[in-house]
Amino acid sequence: MDTRTQEFLDYVQSGGQVETSDWMPDEYRSKLVKFIEMHGNSELMGVLPERDWILRAPTLQRKLALTAKIQDEVGHAQLIYRVVEDLGKPRSASLDDLVSGKSKFHNVFHYPTKTWGDVGVIAWLVDAAAIVSQKALLKCSYAPYARIMKKICWEESFHILHGRDVILAMVTGSREQFALVQEALNRWWEPLMHFHGNPIPAEEDPMYVWRIKSQANEDARQEFLDGYVPQILELGLEIPDKALVKDGETGVWSYTEPDWEKLRAVVTGHGPASEERLAFRRLSREDVAWVERVVLAEAA
Amino acid sequence: MIFEVFRQERKGQPLQHAGTVDAPNERFAEIYAREQYGRRQESVALWLVPREAVNEIDEFPDEFEMKYRRVDGYSIKARLREARERAGTLEAAPGAGDAG
Repeated sequence: MDTRTQEFLDYVQSGGQVETSDWMPDEYRSKLVKFIEMHGNSELMGVLPERDWILRAPTLQRKLALTAKIQDEVGHAQLIYRVVEDLGKPRSASLDDLVSGKSKFHNVFHYPTKTWGDVGVIAWLVDAAAIVSQKALLKCSYAPYARIMKKICWEESFHILHGRDVILAMVTGSREQFALVQEALNRWWEPLMHFHGNPIPAEEDPMYVWRIKSQANEDARQEFLDGYVPQILELGLEIPDKALVKDGETGVWSYTEPDWEKLRAVVTGHGPASEERLAFRRLSREDVAWVERVVLAEAA
Repeated sequence: MIFEVFRQERKGQPLQHAGTVDAPNERFAEIYAREQYGRRQESVALWLVPREAVNEIDEFPDEFEMKYRRVDGYSIKARLREARERAGTLEAAPGAGDAG
């Protein structure tokens, strides 16, 4: 490593932040693009399972809230792709790599949504898991990304509340409604435990080394379990992992080791809904190409 | 075109950089900025500035170390003590006893 790169590394490791116009090592730039682009992809792909439920939402109020959440997530994707563009990769290239399967998106968006219970669990718990990671990104060494994260976290907190409200309505409803929530939780528990990634030590995680992330994967998962396991159990729901327990002395949660090979397979496009979602994204990209043409023509 | 977006959260507060929007012209930039930064009444004002219009200055050399312009250029402790001694007010001064 040359002196300039070493100085840069020392700077970010001591909490320093970098702006777009600052010099940065190529490796840092490419790691940033990879990480931030995957976040943008996840926001964009994350709306597809929810989109399926706009027409099937149980009330007008829920339909409006779901539509608002979807608008937020697409807005996040726009902000995030802009940050990637300023790092040198145009949005059209990011979208090309997404639909061709070259770049990735988060594991939780590779699964189908079977019932309205899944929609509640996604909005509550998937967004809760996401906000743990996103709050840690407020300290990202790349300042333009850290800045937009403020707005994103602010909007995610509304999503969590919306999700929790959906879940509370169902667990206080009929027995069938309660069962829908429990079944959805059973389906989503494994993806949720996968969400923060394998427990690689922070020092071996390049995203941590460059301080793109400020938290180790396992620390994020522990924070999620700490915050949300009590909230799940107090509703009378059961978590489908008999080995899940918090050590009274150390405060550390232990759990059944998730299948990390399965996570790798899912995020490389072999999840139960990966192909369908990517096909839909390709189709909608072609479908709305005319809008871009009209907008650009009118502006010209 | 890239527009830099500045947003004011409440009257009287400074406008702060919020992010950027990519729009083909000012009219679209306004619509996009309203959607991104104003649809929940989280802003009372937005400024849109084409990126090319921004003139960035990011170097502030201080070759001559002009410390007399700054508060850290002045150390009055010893002189103040001497002045108080001469005036006979040292004991009555605030923090008397622990003054170095």
